[in-house]
Formats: sequence, C-alpha cells, structure tokens
Amino acid sequence: MFEKTGIPSEEMIREKFPPIERINKGPVAVVECYKEIPCNPCETACRFSAITIGEDINNIPVLNEDNCTGCAICLSKCPGLAIMVVDGSKSDTTVQVKLPYEFLPLPASGETVKGLDREGKIIADVKVIQVQNPKSFDRTPVVTIEADRSIMYKIRNIRMEAK
Amino acid sequence: MRIEQHPILQFHKGKKLKFTFNGEEVEGFEGETIAAALHAAGVKVLGRSLFLHRPRGFYCAIGNCSSCLMTVNGKANVKTCVTDLEEGMVVETQEGKGVII
Amino acid sequence: MKQAELLIIGGGPAGLCAAISAASSGANVLVAERNKNLGGQLVKQTHMFFGSEKQYASTRGIDITGILLNELSKYKENVEIMTDTTIVGMFEDGVVTALHKEDNYFKIKPDAVVVATGAFEKALAFPNNDLPGIYGAGAVQTLMNVYGVKPGNKVLMVGAGNIGLIVSYQLMQAGVEVSAILDAAPRIGGYLVHASKIRRMGVPILTSHTVKEAIGKEFLEKAIVCQVDDKFNQIEGTEIEFDVDVMCISVGLTPLNELLSMRGCQMKYVPQLSGIVPLRNENYETTIENVFAAGDTTGVEEASAAMVEGYLAGLCAAAKIGHMTDDFEERKNDYVKQLESLRSGPVGKHILSGIEQIVIKGEQYV
Repeated sequence: MFEKTGIPSEEMIREKFPPIERINKGPVAVVECYKEIPCNPCETACRFSAITIGEDINNIPVLNEDNCTGCAICLSKCPGLAIMVVDGSKSDTTVQVKLPYEFLPLPASGETVKGLDREGKIIADVKVIQVQNPKSFDRTPVVTIEADRSIMYKIRNIRMEAK
Repeated sequence: MRIEQHPILQFHKGKKLKFTFNGEEVEGFEGETIAAALHAAGVKVLGRSLFLHRPRGFYCAIGNCSSCLMTVNGKANVKTCVTDLEEGMVVETQEGKGVII
Repeated sequence: MKQAELLIIGGGPAGLCAAISAASSGANVLVAERNKNLGGQLVKQTHMFFGSEKQYASTRGIDITGILLNELSKYKENVEIMTDTTIVGMFEDGVVTALHKEDNYFKIKPDAVVVATGAFEKALAFPNNDLPGIYGAGAVQTLMNVYGVKPGNKVLMVGAGNIGLIVSYQLMQAGVEVSAILDAAPRIGGYLVHASKIRRMGVPILTSHTVKEAIGKEFLEKAIVCQVDDKFNQIEGTEIEFDVDVMCISVGLTPLNELLSMRGCQMKYVPQLSGIVPLRNENYETTIENVFAAGDTTGVEEASAAMVEGYLAGLCAAAKIGHMTDDFEERKNDYVKQLESLRSGPVGKHILSGIEQIVIKGEQYV
C-alpha cells in the first residue's frame, strides 16, 4: 500500500484528476497530495483562488477546476513536486502534460524523451513541447510533453535518452 | 569526482591551490576543507584505526567523529573535514596517535 | 570575562531566529557559532521547505540563511556574531566558557542564554560499518552541496525518513545513482510526496529491510541487505547483494544536549523527541533560571519548527532580562499559533505526545 511503496493506487490517482470534460476544455492542475502535512504554498501562490487548504495548513488541498487556468505556478511552488497540469484541448488523440523537472541537462523543445510512470518504468516515447525556466520558478523548470491519451493517468516523469 | 554542473547550485570555485598528500602533489580550491579536496582527488582512506589499523575515511563531515584526523604541516590530530585548505600544506596520514608536543 | 546580555549558542535556524526576536526587542545579543559560517544545516538544504509563508514555505533552505542574516543585519548595533567559536562549558555560577579557533579560550558572563545547538546523526551497527565510503547522510549533503564533490558512483541509502528521501533525490541531482533505499520499519517514515518523487525516478524503496554487513578491504565495495520481521530481527535466507561504493546512513538525529546537562537543567529521555531533552515551560525556559533552549536541541523536528521556536525563545529570553516590548503578547501569540499550526495534523501528533512529557507550567527552577 501507499505507505509502504510511495505509489498511489489507480483509484487514488483518478480521484485527483478533474473530469475528462474539464481536461478537454483546457489546462488544469492535478494536485497529487494524498496525506496531511503542514504545508500550504500552493494555496498561497494561486492567483485564481483555485486551491483551498484553509485555516488548518495540514488539510489536503482541494482544487476548484473551474477557477483553475492551468498556469502551473503552483507546480513550481509545491515543495513535494506533487502537482502536474494536464491539457486535453489541443488534440483528440493526445494530451499535453506539464511536469516539474529539476535535473540537468534540461530537454529541448522538439526533443523526444522517455516517459515514465510512477514506478519509474518507461512506458512511452514522448515529445517535449516546451520547457519553462523563468526566475520566478526558482530553479524548478516545468517541461510540457505530449503523450498519447491512453497513458494520461500513468505518465508522471521523463528521462532523457542516454547520449 | 567534482560536480561540473548542478540544477540548483552554482559552485564558485576560489583560486586553485597546490598541496601535498603523503609526498604527492594534489590540487584543490581555496575555500574548501582538506578532506573535501582529498575526496575530490579520489582519496578514500584518510587514516587508520589505532589498534586494528582498519581504514578510516570521511564520515560525519562536521568535526564530530574523529574519522578524518591527519597530520598537517607536522601538527597531529587535525580535523581535516573542518580545516580549510591552504597553499603548500603538507598533509600526511597519521601513524598512531601522532606527536602532539 | 566577556559581558553579554543574551548569549545565543548556535547560529543555525533556531539561533538566528532567536537573535532576531531578541535584538528587535532591544537586547544586546552575542551569537556564538562553532563553524566558520552561519546557517547550521540550512546551508546544505537545496530543496524547498514546507510549512506556510511565515516559515518561508517553498523557499529553498540554502536561501533562508541569507534571508535571516539580512533581517538580523537590521540590528547590527546590538548584535555581535562570533564564528569559529565553540562554547565548551556552562557552569553553576553562570559562567560560560568558549574557545575561539584553536587557542583563544575565554569566559562569558551572560544575563541569559538560549541554547540552540541542534542535533547530530545517529549511527547504525553492522559489521564493517567503519569502512571509507560509508557516510552519514548529512556528510553526503555537505560534500555535494557545499563542496561540489560527488561521494561516489552508486549509493545504498539506509533510512527512508525525510532526510534519507531528500538526500537520495539530491544525490540524483548531483548525477549519482541511488540503487535502493532501505528502512527497517514496515512503512516509509518520511513524507510520502518525497517518496513518490523518488519512486518515479525508478529507485526502489525496500521497507522491512536492513543492512546485514558491508564488504570491502580498503573501502566499501558491496553491501549485503536482508529482510527483517516485525520485531526487527534479521530473516535468514533473504540476503540481497548490492554493488555500491557509497552507503549513506540516515537513521535519525538526536539532540546535542551536553551543555544543558552540564549546566544542571533537568533532562528527560523522550523517544518521540528523539533523545534526551530539557524540561521546559511554554516560554522555552529550562529548569535553570534564564537558560532557554530552542530548535532540535529541545526535540528533533523540522527546520520550520526550529525557526519559530527560536523566535519564541529569543523573545521570551529578552523579556525576562528587562526587554519586554509593548507588543510582546501579540508576538508571543503569533509564534505559539504558528507552532500549533505546524503540529496540528497527523505529523505533529507524535511531536505533541513527546512535548507533553517535558513541558512544565510557569517557572520551576531547580
């Protein structure tokens, strides 16, 4: 179980994803924060009041997917790197996923990289659409990849091809 | 064994320094400790235990454990993990308890 | 004899915050730090901190020292900082002895003291645990994040608490492979967000496992790992061999409390606080009048709590020796609320059950 492996169950993951209709409208955050810990910078950072934790900073964050614009600021602020952004509005067959990536070398836009699941297993080749690394993200670059819809609930990380 | 590029940190190296380790010339940088410079140069064994002569190396890095004691410029029992490197230092693995007088 | 109003022992997060709140209350503060630099363990923490805005959540630990020093510099008129200065004794007559660098030994007579000496890493016993290549987790962080040196090529991490999980991630950022993370407990001890981050990089976490022995002649070459049962006994026949040149021992911290014991403070062993800690009241004053304590030395927790405890102890110590400001109650309540907030969830339960064993009401001096 989760406390032994660090891997959430499929049911836990799906519960954090907004409904598919919302994902198909535009980018939206998926806040994979499953346990109560004293932490609230995602709520503090959101300019659209889309994340609520409340008075007790141990509360699990709740996403208001209608307010969320998928801007990914919370993604760069989360100390646990627990947030990702999915966008199903660009294509019927693929989704775009924004992930935090704090490693070197950073991929380049247009590059193909390996897509990994939550156990670090390679599940697909994915294309890098964009890499954002502004100063305001404080050294947490955000990489946008394009992945087949069929792996939307599985894809969680990338690995650069060995050169 | 030095990290060339790092996603979060910038390592501003001070000036290069030369010192000797058991007679051989080694390079390090200003601002680092003797033990860190030796580690970067691939030296894993810093000394030997007193009675069983077991190899001893870097362990706590903050001057608590005594694993890193070496003789430096003739002075025994120097905690190399918290002592800054200086140009021309003579660093030697210590035989036994060293001479402190 | 050096006179000082308030001596703060330790320039890490708790000590620096104590200095800020005491100096801003008008006390003359002397900070004694044994290292050449201030910041304590903050200087190695490249990851973003948790907590809330007031505890600098989302700010990287390495940047927090700068923020605190900047704040402290506003009070440079009444703050003196001595680095390379180890406090070596605290005596019954109130005299504190100090050693600056190698041979400058002197005495201090402060009106009050805040002891903020932090904690040190526990060790693990197994055959050949003294081989070069086996490090404390903090040592690996120092090597990598302070000196920019890789500890080796392949690491076995022993301990899946927050430090074990975070240092594993930092090793990978430094380009070092982590073969596996072990923990003798049946579940992961650290925050699960840290564990998830590591798992999605392909690093296995083996709970209910421990190190059986380390193998190597002049330095570590292999590690033998085995399963343990629910009583932590090793199970025969479950050995796995790991080809690693680095083992990182991350099995917990325990408070550095010698000065408090020496001074005569009443101490108690509290497992939930990870060791022997002083009895103290809600102002963080111990059972010796005008001796306060804050941070990990009062119980191993997180840097966020250490900072707030520092602010609180510094404020109360300054007030005790005649520097009570008009907004004392307001400031004190703010710090108390912040600590309550950090400790109100399931994570804080453990700490609270420890604190209730050592907190005393009012002033109870021995």
